[in-house]
Amino acid sequence: MADPRAPDALPQLPLATLVAGATLTAAPHALWLPVWASIASAALLSWRTALLIRGASLPARWLLVPLTLACVVGVFLSYRTIVGRDPGVTLLAMLLFLKLLETRAARDIFVVAFLVYFVALANFFYSQSIPTAGLMLLTVTVTTTALVGFSAPLRPVAEDLKTTARMLAQAGPIMLLLFFLFPRVQGPLWGVPQDTFTGVTGLSDTMSPGSFSALSVSDAIAFRVKFDSAVPPRNRLYWRGPVMTDFDGRTWSVGLPQLRREISVEASGPPVDYEVTLEPHNRNWMFALEMPTRIPQTARLTSEYLAISLTPVRSRIRYEMRSSPQFQARSGASPGDLALARRLPRGFNPRARTLAGEWRTSASDDAAIVRLAIDFFRGSRFEYTLEPPKLGANPVDEFLFDTKQGFCEHFASSFVFLMRAAGVPARVVTGYQGGDTNPVDGYMVVRQADAHAWGEVWLADNGWTRVDPTAAAIPVRVELGITAAAPASAPLLMRTGLDWVKSVRNNWEALTNQWNQWVLGYNPDRQFEMLSRLGMKQPSWESMTVILFWSVAGVLLLVALWLLRGRPREDAVQRAWLRFCDKLARAGLSRASAEGPLDYSSRVARRLPERESAVRAITAIYVDQRYGSEADVESLARLNRLVREFAP
Amino acid sequence: MKLDRVLQYSQAYNFYQWVFKRHAPEPGVVFLTQRRVYILPTRHGVIFGMAVILMLIGSINYNLSLGYVLTFLLAGLGIVSILHTFRNLVHLYVSAGRVSPVFAGDVAQFHIVFENRSDFERHSLDLVCGTARASCSVPAHRHCTVALPVKTAKRGWLQLERVTVDTRFPLGLMRAWSYVQPDMRAVVYPRPDSAPLPIPDSDADTGDAVSTGAGTDDFSGLRPYQTSDSPRHVAWKASARSEALLTKLFAGRAASELWFDWDRLPQGMGTEARLSRLARWVMLAEERGLHYGLKLPEATVPLGEGFPHRERCLKELALFHG
Repeated sequence: MADPRAPDALPQLPLATLVAGATLTAAPHALWLPVWASIASAALLSWRTALLIRGASLPARWLLVPLTLACVVGVFLSYRTIVGRDPGVTLLAMLLFLKLLETRAARDIFVVAFLVYFVALANFFYSQSIPTAGLMLLTVTVTTTALVGFSAPLRPVAEDLKTTARMLAQAGPIMLLLFFLFPRVQGPLWGVPQDTFTGVTGLSDTMSPGSFSALSVSDAIAFRVKFDSAVPPRNRLYWRGPVMTDFDGRTWSVGLPQLRREISVEASGPPVDYEVTLEPHNRNWMFALEMPTRIPQTARLTSEYLAISLTPVRSRIRYEMRSSPQFQARSGASPGDLALARRLPRGFNPRARTLAGEWRTSASDDAAIVRLAIDFFRGSRFEYTLEPPKLGANPVDEFLFDTKQGFCEHFASSFVFLMRAAGVPARVVTGYQGGDTNPVDGYMVVRQADAHAWGEVWLADNGWTRVDPTAAAIPVRVELGITAAAPASAPLLMRTGLDWVKSVRNNWEALTNQWNQWVLGYNPDRQFEMLSRLGMKQPSWESMTVILFWSVAGVLLLVALWLLRGRPREDAVQRAWLRFCDKLARAGLSRASAEGPLDYSSRVARRLPERESAVRAITAIYVDQRYGSEADVESLARLNRLVREFAP
Repeated sequence: MKLDRVLQYSQAYNFYQWVFKRHAPEPGVVFLTQRRVYILPTRHGVIFGMAVILMLIGSINYNLSLGYVLTFLLAGLGIVSILHTFRNLVHLYVSAGRVSPVFAGDVAQFHIVFENRSDFERHSLDLVCGTARASCSVPAHRHCTVALPVKTAKRGWLQLERVTVDTRFPLGLMRAWSYVQPDMRAVVYPRPDSAPLPIPDSDADTGDAVSTGAGTDDFSGLRPYQTSDSPRHVAWKASARSEALLTKLFAGRAASELWFDWDRLPQGMGTEARLSRLARWVMLAEERGLHYGLKLPEATVPLGEGFPHRERCLKELALFHG
């Protein structure tokens, strides 16, 4: 055994390739790793690279063991634990670089390669975008090239890369078959750590007009919609989200969801069918066009007409809905419910209360009060801005009569306040309004910036009725969307006027959508749907396994035929000769082990004089084809024929 | 016999024959057919498989679609590497090369010839025979000769044992191997002991005289060179002046003729010790350019000198049956 600290017995070039693979796999983790861990990993990597370039000895074990312990302690100090997803991945990334400093034997190489693969997998916790997939492919290519390099150390790296590319091309179809046909199981198999779903954005369950909302300037996608029929006009696109009934003077909040058996919607127009692909937002809400009349089996409808999922939406889900844009909604209107929808805390906003009192006395019924309110919003000169001035102790008064600047939350909140002050049952509905259809793939995209809030009042002859004060005051918000209403503060990419930017963006988002639908959203349901469409009557995991087995076997057979093609033809000559010898052996004339073909044939010819010409001919062709310079197909055919016809 | 002809098409039967039965050496060129190449995962391959399963479980648990992609891509690579490893070994032609005689205890180099008639290079073929190891790569449409160093112990014929040819190319996850036993054997000479050349026996008969080479320096004349003459006796200076090579003649030529006789060795000596002693004398005599002959109970090598003569004597000693 050589000195265990000798630079390495391992070839340098594949080692360098392996270090490159480790760097690639760990690089994206720098985006979220604790700063000290990123720096430590970079330092370990630089150290390893320097050793590689100088061909110096690897560090001794007494140095590596304390370093490893230091990393574990560092992770513990950062996270206060070493179990869980993030600490686990941090530890894994650091172990990878520590192990790189200990590559002494072939065994260590494989450990490093497997760690690289695991770290690449861990990367998907944080991003599963198309670029991430590209990086993963690159990582696998580089690491596999390193493995090839170790098993054929004397070749140039370019050759190793060629071998790897060939193998990847052959593994590709197998990967696709496994991906689409492997019987899918809906995870999780066991509890998933809570820290898995931090940092996802979406609507809030409270609303405080006057405080800043970061949501409205995010162009992140909330959900995508594919309509089966014609797309309803934009001013009907109200995507219903959490309904807020409780108000403490400043903040609206969602009450406890009430699930009741009898939730009725009377549709008074043609229904709209559509499919929603919802991005994870870690809440139970499932958005639907007002009002949902048919919801997926896995969802429930609350008394406030909100579709909710039984578990928080933590991965992208897809569901089909049917809604009726013209409706009468009469559920959730018990006397208790209506009393709750009239409640106001005492002592706030005196001017708004006075205005509401005037409406109450002048109007004949609730519907007339609502009309007065709409006229009020339409008549006052309100300004739509995403950066309104801060409001003080009486936010409704200040907004309605002083600043007159705000966005949907201010309008909805003020409107519902006025209604309640006038004794009309009312509540705030939040959700999204609008949506842009991507001309590339026809999907409607609804972004976080499309978040909206509006009001809902109870009218005895019409049930719960939507009233959007923002639409009354700033019609352009609803007619043309947020970019038209607040051109200065809407997300940069959404308000661009450059056509090519829009086109690039549309194409990219359409691609991302396909990616989401077919790669990331390929779940048990989608698999069932696809196999049914391909003609499988009842796709079960048994039938899928059978199909998977045979299709993979078929691909492997093709690859094997391709790889083992062009088997040397000389062998056919030898086979024919051996058949000839076999025939003679059965006649008692077996070839001695040291006997050459010419000697043998002379001996046979002497023993079988009547077969001499055939024996001589066969031997002549055999000798010519086997030992001569040129092999040709006709001679082989002739040899085969002669041998077939030969009978001793 | 009939059954055997059918069974030879079975890989398992072939394997059983190779591992548990004594296999006869195969003369001529051995073609590594698909039936005689076996393949199994290496230890790393098994660990790789377990890692892939772990990654699959992780992907299911966390619903990582790209995790499935990575897992299945690696699984595909693993499966495809079976074919690549198999291809790297199968359809090679193996034949016996030369092997030079050695003295017992030395290492005999068995040269084995690989011929690759395919369009792709065969990488990292490892040969193992007992404790002997060697490796080589065979480029496309090329021959490659690899020397397998086998340690010898006894004099006589050394038959090459079963050789395992294996390869782990390209990923090291799979190991394909095959057994070959090219029909080749090395002559192993007896190991010379450290005795000096014997004292000449002056009373002996002329023919059987065992003489020292004392008289070899008594120069007596020149004669034209003959191929059997030792190069040591060429008169280089004289030859340079003349047209042809000249050989020096020495007085007391009888004194430089040595007969190494089995029967004249001490009675108490064992067979192997006698052979070692005779081998030593043959080596020394040749080194000093003497004329020598060998007498064994069943064979006699007449007087002579030069490398082929020495080899002949040593071979007689190696193959002596006492």
